[in-house]
Parts: sequence; structure tokens; C-alpha cells
Amino acid sequence: MRPDERTAPVITATGLVRAFGARRAVDGVDLALQAGDCLAVFGPNGAGKTTLLRVLAGLLRPTAGTAAIGGVALPGGAAARAQVGIISHHTMLYGALTGRENVAFAARLHGVRDPDAAAAAALARLQVADRADTPVRSLSRGLQQRVSIARAVVHTPRVVLLDEPYTGLDDTGARALTGMLQSLAAGGATLVLVTHQLAEGLALATHLAVMRDGRFVRQESRAGVDAAAYLVRYRELVTNGA
Amino acid sequence: MAPDVLAAAWLIARKDLAIEFRTRSAFLSALVFALLAIVIFYFTWDPSAIPALDLAPGVLWVIFTFSGLLGLHRSFGVEQEERAIDGLLASPVSREAIFLGKALANLVFVLGVQAVAIPAVALFYNVPFGRAAPALAGIAVLAAIGLVSVGTLFSSMLVNTRLAELLLPMLALPFFVPVVMPAAQATARILAGRPGTEVIGWLKLLAAFDIVFALACTLAFPHTIDD
Repeated sequence: MRPDERTAPVITATGLVRAFGARRAVDGVDLALQAGDCLAVFGPNGAGKTTLLRVLAGLLRPTAGTAAIGGVALPGGAAARAQVGIISHHTMLYGALTGRENVAFAARLHGVRDPDAAAAAALARLQVADRADTPVRSLSRGLQQRVSIARAVVHTPRVVLLDEPYTGLDDTGARALTGMLQSLAAGGATLVLVTHQLAEGLALATHLAVMRDGRFVRQESRAGVDAAAYLVRYRELVTNGA
Repeated sequence: MAPDVLAAAWLIARKDLAIEFRTRSAFLSALVFALLAIVIFYFTWDPSAIPALDLAPGVLWVIFTFSGLLGLHRSFGVEQEERAIDGLLASPVSREAIFLGKALANLVFVLGVQAVAIPAVALFYNVPFGRAAPALAGIAVLAAIGLVSVGTLFSSMLVNTRLAELLLPMLALPFFVPVVMPAAQATARILAGRPGTEVIGWLKLLAAFDIVFALACTLAFPHTIDD
């Protein structure tokens, strides 16, 4: 990666708004993340975190403001979507297909050169290779989540959007996910992690944001932030609105 | 680089057919429905009042229409479980490719049901399909293209509604009429051994509606699936 590629923002948003009728789920979010950055977004239920991710994934159109992925303005079409991998609390998997088939299908949709090898490698990284040929609906929720993560990263996306990725994962799965996200970030991927689990978010993030009522009410660099003090401040923010 | 429209459509169709092959849920439902309907029509039929050749085309197309709806409803239903549709929409393949892939899988589904139902109708109504079989197969394919184009579009529009199973027939059936009518008329004339000149007009009408529906539904689909 060239130095200018590392410093140019990969994800940008300016005054981003997404409304559903009169309600603004995302209300004026500003964002600039470079390659290798990981933004952890915390906030109570209904704060607009998932909607923000869906806008960044190109699944929802912004109502106002602008957002861009890799310089492509959203919703942006195929050029923007090719750069993104999305992990949600829904697995986005087909229950009747095996993990290998699901991941290879996603690889083919993204035009990965050797989809079967890429699927096998992604499943191995998530430590689910031994169950790769089991139909997904026969797997436990945690294993399904691992396969879902493999599906999202099989094309080595430049941007990974994660919505509560730790849900349902056991310790092994959580460690595998953290290791994989660290390695993706080290390789230059930009991550946006929406989570209620502050410990995981603080461990991974280079930037932190607290979202409430569609807005970033607090946004800062992770560097120099004391985890225990942040937890106390976060609780005050979401419970008291202070 | 993401696959082109046709390659992506084929990928999606192959995935849908693999799922249906594993589960067989929709195909078996449609097949059982078709065979039961043939049997019920047979027992309510008075051969002394209505000749078999007059009744068989109507029976055939009523069965195709309603059994096809069973498969069409399932088409986007498999995408809703665990929101797999988001994975498709977040991928770099075009919306048109998603529609064409879904429609192609539905076409195979409908043709599969027809492949069993046509011989069953021939058997029950003692209709000599032998010489007419190639022409009937052509009509079945033409009609199936129109039915799956409309049905796939409405299936995508209704998948998020609670009353999708009720609304799909209500919305799709009026649009099926321009396809089913020429198909039934052409089938009746072929079975009656009428000259080709009497059939060709209906086939042209059927082909025209196929083109209109296939194009209009492909172009409309992105607007129904995108937010």
C-alpha cells in the first residue's frame, strides 16, 4: 500500500441523514476513517447504529448529506459494494447449503479468482473448516456466525462493517474473530464495529464513538483513553444523557 | 472483478436450484397440488356433456397457474430467512442479475411441474398429446417465461409483507391473464388438430407479452428491491 493510500480517507460521511418518515434514524453523522482504522460505535438500542451501517453498506440510501467508500459516493453501485463486507446479527446464510457452499457463493458473487480455495481459507481462519461441509441450519448459532463472518471477508474487502459480530460466539469464536479483525486492520482494511460489548470494542478500536438518537454524541481517538473511565462516562451518557 | 449480468444470474439460479433440490419443499408441494387438482377436475367432469379436448386445455392452464404460484412465493422466501437477501444486495452484482437469476430458477421450477402435469392430463383425459407434444412444449415454455417474469417481480415486492401468500395471487393473477389466455387458446387449437394459421396469432400474442413482461419486470425490479 502506498503512503497516500494509507492517509486518504476510505470512509467519509458529511452530515449524513437517514430518515424513516419523520423519524431520523441517522441524524447528521460526520465521519472520516483511513485505511487500517477501526471505529467502534457504541450506543443504546435504537440509537441508529445499524441504520448507519446499512447506509455505509449501500443497502439504504442517505436521505441527506453525503457518504463515500473508497472515494465512491454512496449508494454508489457495484464499485462501492465490491469494497465492502458486512456482518450483521442476521447470518445472511442459506440454511440448506453447507458453510463451504455459502462462502464460495459469496466469493463467486464478488468475482474472487479461486472461490473454492478462498472459501476454504476463510473458513479455516475462523476455525470452522471441520464443519464446512455441514448444512448451515445444522450448525449451532455460534458456528453459523463464524461461517457468516467468513462469508463477509472472503473477498478481502477494503471496508468491513460489523453489527454485533460477537453475538452468539463462544470464547474460541470470539478470539478467532478478534484475531481476524486485527489482521484485516493490519492489512489496511477499515473497520466499523457496532457493539454493546465495550471491552471488545475498546480492544480493537482506533477511534471511538457513542451514538444516541441518530447522532454521534461523543467521538474521539482511542489513543490515551482509559477503558475503565470510558465505561463510566459511557454509562452516564446513555443513561443520563449527560 | 464481479461477474457480468448473465454469469451472476446463472450463479444465483444455480444456488436457488441447489436449495430447492436439497429441500424439495416447493417442488413437491406444487407437484402434489397439480396432481390433486387433475384428479379433482377428473371426478367433477361429465364426459357426456363436455368433450375431453374442450376441457383439457383449461384444466392444464388452471393447474400451471396456481401450482406456479406456490414456487414463485418461495422464490424470495428463501432470501428472507436470515436476511440472505442483504448479502446479495450488498454484493457487486447488479439488481437485474438478481432478478434474472431468480426468474431463471423459477422457470426451471415451473417447467419441471409442467413436465409432470402435461403427461398426467394426457393420461386422465385420454388426450392424444403425442403428435402435439413438441408444439405444446413450445407453448409451455413461452407461457412459463411470462408467468415467472410477473411472478418473480411480485414475489420480491411482497416478501416483506405479512400477507404475502394471499397478496401474491391477488396481484399476480390479473397480470397472468394476458399470458394464460393465448396459451390456453393455442393449446386448445393444437389439441383439436386445427391448422397452424389458427395458432400462430395466439403464439405471437404470447411472445409479445413475454417480451413486454420480461423487459418491464427486469427494469422495474431494482426499484422494488432497493430502498
